[in-house]
Amino acid sequence: MSGFGNALSSSIGRKYVMGVTGIFLILFLIVHAGINSLIFLDDNGLTFNIGAHFMATNWIIRAGEYILFIGLLVHIYQAVNLTIQNRKARPENYAVYNGSANSKWYSRSMGLLGTLLLIFLVIHLKDFWVVSRFTGIPTVDANGHEDLYAVMREKFQDPVRVVAYVLLMISLCYHLLHGFASAFQTMGWNHSKYNGIIKSTSVWYSIIISLVFALMPIAVYTHLID
Amino acid sequence: MSTGNMNLTLKVWRQKNNKTKGALVDYKLSGISPDMSFLEMFDVLNEDLITKGEEPVVFDHDCREGICGMCSMFINGRPHGPKDLVTTCQLHMRSFKDGDTIVVEPWRAAAFPVVKDLTVDRSAFDRVIAAGGFISVNTGNAQDANNLPIPKMKADAAFEAAACIGCGACVATCKNASAMLFVSAKISQLALLPQGQPERYRRVQSMVAQMDAEGFGNCTNTGACEAECPKGISLENIALMNRDFASAKFVSEETV
Repeated sequence: MSGFGNALSSSIGRKYVMGVTGIFLILFLIVHAGINSLIFLDDNGLTFNIGAHFMATNWIIRAGEYILFIGLLVHIYQAVNLTIQNRKARPENYAVYNGSANSKWYSRSMGLLGTLLLIFLVIHLKDFWVVSRFTGIPTVDANGHEDLYAVMREKFQDPVRVVAYVLLMISLCYHLLHGFASAFQTMGWNHSKYNGIIKSTSVWYSIIISLVFALMPIAVYTHLID
Repeated sequence: MSTGNMNLTLKVWRQKNNKTKGALVDYKLSGISPDMSFLEMFDVLNEDLITKGEEPVVFDHDCREGICGMCSMFINGRPHGPKDLVTTCQLHMRSFKDGDTIVVEPWRAAAFPVVKDLTVDRSAFDRVIAAGGFISVNTGNAQDANNLPIPKMKADAAFEAAACIGCGACVATCKNASAMLFVSAKISQLALLPQGQPERYRRVQSMVAQMDAEGFGNCTNTGACEAECPKGISLENIALMNRDFASAKFVSEETV
């Protein structure tokens, strides 16, 4: 047996994989939300397009994109794997099960919230990522950069898409609300002096990130910016 | 005990054995005293059933004072019923109202197969303990306790982990039927003390491997186990176990 034994195939090892990829995705969201927030400068997307151009052309970021997709796929694969195992661990369900008496609904619904986010991700990647990487952005802005902001403005004219984006950001908020603190618990980063900070950071992070993302389609649709 | 005045409808899980399918069966009970314990109420039911020539309901119990970990009923969707920090034997009928319908099921987990009715086989826990939940010491005279200084905080945390009675409520209530709270308590009570150090990293690997082999589910940190544990075992034990497991696998040179 190798020195690492069955480290990653054991129940705790699998949880570590979920935690590590989860923290990686949490860090990615900060970058994503940060750069997208440049639209709130209300300069017709000029600064935002500079940011988007940098993200699209910098080789470190492009390499990071591969790692991001791998991380995301591993997170999803492991979640499905764990869910199947967990179902097997209770073949016969309770007639009466009072889950709300002892845990938060979203901590018990990570699979459902995650599935909603996966559906969102497919739509979201098709809306923006496929356009910027493959089919091409049709117009350029005043600086001569590809005008990703114009794509955003066009997509968020559709009220159905705006409502869908906002609702799915609520799912994101709850998914993060459990996921953030949960990752720390899984990694064993539990310390009486830091638990309070981890918990409050978890709440603030989830709310701020989802709010920033949700405000984008709202702001564009209602012409709050422009 | 006051005169009984409660009327109840019980829906009790009846299952002949592990091979057959079970079902909830309705029983009407009258004249139940609010001062009875939940198990005494079941004694009344069973006496009724025996008088009528029916098969009594099989359920686990032993000390009936909340320390042995034998009683194990899933009552109205919660292990050990609606009260916090009590076992089924310490739950009293005054926690229910006259006319209530009470659903009673066995612990449900692949690793805890039903033996009969409300009794499940929890020997999976014994095998997890046998895999490493002990310290190996030579027999002989016990040395003076003060030879091993232990910080008060550590001693308290080890004592609190050691309060686990192994009833299985954590597995029963976990939506994934995970045994992490039980296993982590049994690891912590030794990992926090000097006597547990020599086998610390071997122990966590062996016990986790046995836990997985028994078919328990995976922890998703819902915290239901901690909330339902009749002994208040803390989730911090799971964090400690996770940390020790990572140290064992990636830092310790000892492989299991």
